[in-house]
Parts: sequence; C-alpha cells; structure tokens
Amino acid sequence: MAVEHPPAGPGTLGTSRGDQSRIHDIGYRGYDGPRLGRAYARRSLYSQSLRGAYGLGRSVKSKVLPMLLFAVMCVPAAIMVAVAVATKAHELPLAHAYTRYAIVTQAVISLYVAAQAPQAVSRDLRFKTVPLYFSRPIETADYVRAKFASLASALLILTGAPLLVMYVGSLLAKMGFAHQSEEFAQGLVSVALLSLLFAGIGLVIAAVTPRRGFGIAAVIAVLTISYGAVSTLQAIADAQGSAGAVPWIGLFSPVTLIDGVQSAFFGGRSSFPGGVGPSHGEGAVYVLVVLGLIAACYALLIRRYKKVGL
Amino acid sequence: MIATESLSKRFPRVTALDRLSVDIGPGVTGLVGANGAGKSTLIKILLGLSPASEGRARVLGLDVATEGAAIRERVGYMPEHDCLPPDVSATEFVVHMARMSGLPPTAARERTADTLRHVGLYEERYRPIGGYSTGMKQRVKLAQALVHDPQLVFLDEPTNGLDPVGRDEMLGLIRRIHTDFGISVLVTSHLLGELERTCDHVVVVDGGKLLRSSSTTDFTQTTTTLAIEVTDSDEHPDGTRAVREALHARGVDTHAEGAGLPGAGHILLLTAAGEETYDLVRDVVADLGLGLVRMEQRRHHISEVFTGSDEQRKEAVGHGG
Repeated sequence: MAVEHPPAGPGTLGTSRGDQSRIHDIGYRGYDGPRLGRAYARRSLYSQSLRGAYGLGRSVKSKVLPMLLFAVMCVPAAIMVAVAVATKAHELPLAHAYTRYAIVTQAVISLYVAAQAPQAVSRDLRFKTVPLYFSRPIETADYVRAKFASLASALLILTGAPLLVMYVGSLLAKMGFAHQSEEFAQGLVSVALLSLLFAGIGLVIAAVTPRRGFGIAAVIAVLTISYGAVSTLQAIADAQGSAGAVPWIGLFSPVTLIDGVQSAFFGGRSSFPGGVGPSHGEGAVYVLVVLGLIAACYALLIRRYKKVGL
Repeated sequence: MIATESLSKRFPRVTALDRLSVDIGPGVTGLVGANGAGKSTLIKILLGLSPASEGRARVLGLDVATEGAAIRERVGYMPEHDCLPPDVSATEFVVHMARMSGLPPTAARERTADTLRHVGLYEERYRPIGGYSTGMKQRVKLAQALVHDPQLVFLDEPTNGLDPVGRDEMLGLIRRIHTDFGISVLVTSHLLGELERTCDHVVVVDGGKLLRSSSTTDFTQTTTTLAIEVTDSDEHPDGTRAVREALHARGVDTHAEGAGLPGAGHILLLTAAGEETYDLVRDVVADLGLGLVRMEQRRHHISEVFTGSDEQRKEAVGHGG
C-alpha cells in the first residue's frame, strides 16, 4: 500500500506536508443524535427489502432477473397499446385487459415470486443474520411485516406497471375515460390481492428453508403446478358434464383463486372452462379464502420467526 | 449496569439458570463457564428476548421483562456464531444494521465509517464480506454491535476461532471498548486465561449457578507463594537441591512444583511467612555461594477457581453420600 505520499483519500484526514501525511486517529466519538426507534427501523427494513427485490443496492448479477421479468411484463402491454393506437381501435386488443393481464402472465409472476421470496428471507436465515435484527429494537412482528409488505409491494409494482402502461396508452388513444378508469381500478384491486396472496405464499415457503435453491423450486411447484393441476381437473370436470364442480376446484390454486374473485365481481372473462367464472355467491367464498390465506400466511410467518429468535 | 435477582430459566429437560443473583458494575466483565453453563441463556434474558422462569433482572436500570425494546436500543450484541451475509460489503452491512438500531441515514453512514476504522477495517471494508478472514469477520461482527454507540455490549465468545495473534488483538480491542470508547462490556468465554488480562471483574457460572463473582485482582491476588531459581556451582552441582536442604534445615518447607512441567525441577516454591523469609532465602543462597536467578511472587490463576470448585463439589457429594 502507498504509505509514503498518499493523497488525502476518502475518510482520511491526510495532510500533504511531507511524508508525515498519515491517517490521524481522532479518537472515539460518541453518538448523541436521535434514535428513531422501531417504526423507523421497520420502514428502513421495508425499503431495503423492496430495493433488494429489484436488485437495487445489490450486485449487478442480482439485478438481471428481476429487471428482465419486469420488462417481460411491460412489453406486451406496450405492444397492445401500440397496436390499439395504430389501428385506431376503441378497445384494447385483449378483452377485459386490466383484469385478464395478470392471469395471462401468471407464469412470469410466479417466476418472480420464486426468485425473490427466498432472496428476501432465506438469506437472513442461511447466514444467521436474523439474531442481529432481534437484538435490536425491532421485534418479530416488525420483521415479518416489513418483509411481507416489501415483497407484496414489489409484486404490485411488477403487476401494476403494465396496467398503468395500458391505462395511459388507452387515454392517449382517446378511448372512453370512464370505462377505462373503471376497468383500471378493478385491475388494480385484483393485482393488489394477487400481490398479497403470492407474497404470503412465497414467503412462508421460503422461510421454512435456509436453502435458496430449494425455496425457488418449492415456490414454483406450489404456484405453477397447482395451477396446472387445477386447470386440468376443471377441464375434466367440465368435459364430464359436472360443470358445477368447476368453481369449487378453482379454490385450490392461487392463480384460479384470483381469477375467480375478479370474474365473479368485475365481470371479466374467466380462464375457467367455458369462460364462465364463479357466481356472486361462490365468489364470496373465493374472497374469504383469499383473505383467509393471506392472514394464515402472516400468522405462519410470525410463528416461524418466534422460533428462529436468537 | 446489570443486576439479576434469583434469576432462573428452566426448559422442559434442563435448568439453564438456577437462582442466579449477580451484580455487575461498569467496566469489562468476564462471564466464564464451560459450554452449556448458561452463558448464552443469560444474554438472551438480559436482551429481553426470552422470559425468565422466575426471578428478575435489570439492565441499565431497565426491567428485562417489560422494557426489552428500550434495553436493546442501548445495548449491542455480538453473537458467537457467523452472522454475516457474504455478498455485501462490510460498509453496506453495518450501515444497514445501524439503521435497524434507529440511526438516521446520514448518522448511520458516519458512525459506520468511524466504527469500522476503530475496529481496524480500512480499505477492505468496501469488498464483499465473503472474502474476509476470520479475524476480519469478527471485527465486522464487533462493529455492528458498536455502531449505534451503546452503553453496554454483550460479546459472546469473541475470540472463538482466532489464532493467537488475532486473539490478542481482539482482547486489546475489547479492553479499548471500555477505556477509549467508554462502553461497558460483558464478554463470555470458556478460556479463563484470556479474561484474566482483559477484565476488571469476572463472574463464573457453572450449571446455571453462580460459582464466584469478584474483581480480577481478587482472583489473581498476590499470594505469599515465592518461586526461587538458583544457579549450580562446582561445589553444589544441584544448586536447587542444596538450597532446598539448607532451607529444610532452617525449618522452611518447600512445595513440590507441578510435576512434569519443563524446568519445574529447577524451581523451588515456598510459602513466605513474612519479610524475614526473603532475607532468609537471600542468606541461604549467599552462604552456599550460589547465584539467585529469580525470586518472585506467584499469583493465583483464575483456573484454580474451577479446580477448587470441583473439589468442593466432590466434598459436597461425599457428605451427601
């Protein structure tokens, strides 16, 4: 190392007088400033985790996947807007685009959850960083809430951004303002529900294992395979003439749950066989199941972290 | 700083702490005990993270049962195990931990730079932690415990896994935490020799019970044991033996030095009754025409606490049976 004539580098109080320029130990200084407490620490953890979910403040390598998935989500929306504008259409090319969009792109969303949920919680478990958090003012509930909220927000950004692209695009193309706004609002409500549900499921699975790869595989399995299985069963039930069972089968996968809720209440087309979603009554069950699942995920996370402790 | 009152912690199968009452003042305090003696359990209770089965404890005047969050704001904790993510730099990590302690962003960055410098991390603090040596990692762990300028830090086995040089540096650093930074320290270790040099006060626990609590000077107080080493001469080929016999002739008993130790045969140990013993030794050696290589006072070793307690326990068992 250059000891002879170091320029006054960052963090040093170097003087440039001859070769006496050395780092001066100015002694220990205490801290008398404000200590902002639990709520501030929780907010800091939230923003750090949210940034981390898009690889910000982390290595270049960890930015690639989330940014790529974000682009993959937004590009089709932009293309649809472009097509609508070019053809001077009065509707977006995809019917009920705002609510259908997340269902059509569910594989991308699942992939994102699978990649980022373990990133959010498995690292702290694997490297045993958790005790450092809990030896500070924040408590189990603060940690869980911050992580839950950050992943849900990251998902909302991922799923909400293409809706925003379509909304802005449709207004620029002078499509009906009231109609577009109503559908956009409905779309936002359903992606908000989806974000909470997917974040909860992803975090619960990821919090069980300190192994990141394992977490990724498990999240993909739960989100995607359950959707495949449920869709297949629904198709079989429909083909066998027991269409009444179709909505009830749909309760068993996260994607069909969200699909059911929005097609029951927002009148959207469903991905269910025959394109008919649950009735209002069945839809109420869907809503209860979704909210119950979100609450259950939160409770499970709290329970999990009570044990990790110190 | 810390006061516990018949503090107990029972798990279904084990009693980790058994009616522990101890008062710890400012300064560097060593908490000594074999593995499983209840050291880590005590720290958990003192941080307000684990409720005591019975008894009470106060840290910095705050009740651990009800004011845990306030305690954790003023206290730092360095765990025994690895706790550092390898893919971030020391600076990023410690800044984050400072914010978790409630420091505003600017203060967190300033304190991080200061603290890392004080624990001896310079250019390497911008590199990912994964590439650090064990000694450097221990410094980062220490830095995250100090970054919010606590009044008291709990250091759980900070010298674990360090080589002798790293160990000495860490002990020096711990000493400085109190003398230079003005932060009181509770440091656990199962190595007694380390704490002898570093601590003002030592608390020894065993099986969850308090074995002894006193200042380090009490532990290692100067005793009246003298160690003597002399030269040999043509007249007395075995000078040590000659001195021993001459002393015996004058009615002074010598102890057998720990057998098997190198050089043990050349050192005479005797109990000095007072000033006159020193003169006597001098005269005896001079009369024999030998050179006095050394005459020094021997100090107690903290480890004697353990051997002593073992004997006491055996006695107790003997009485019981």
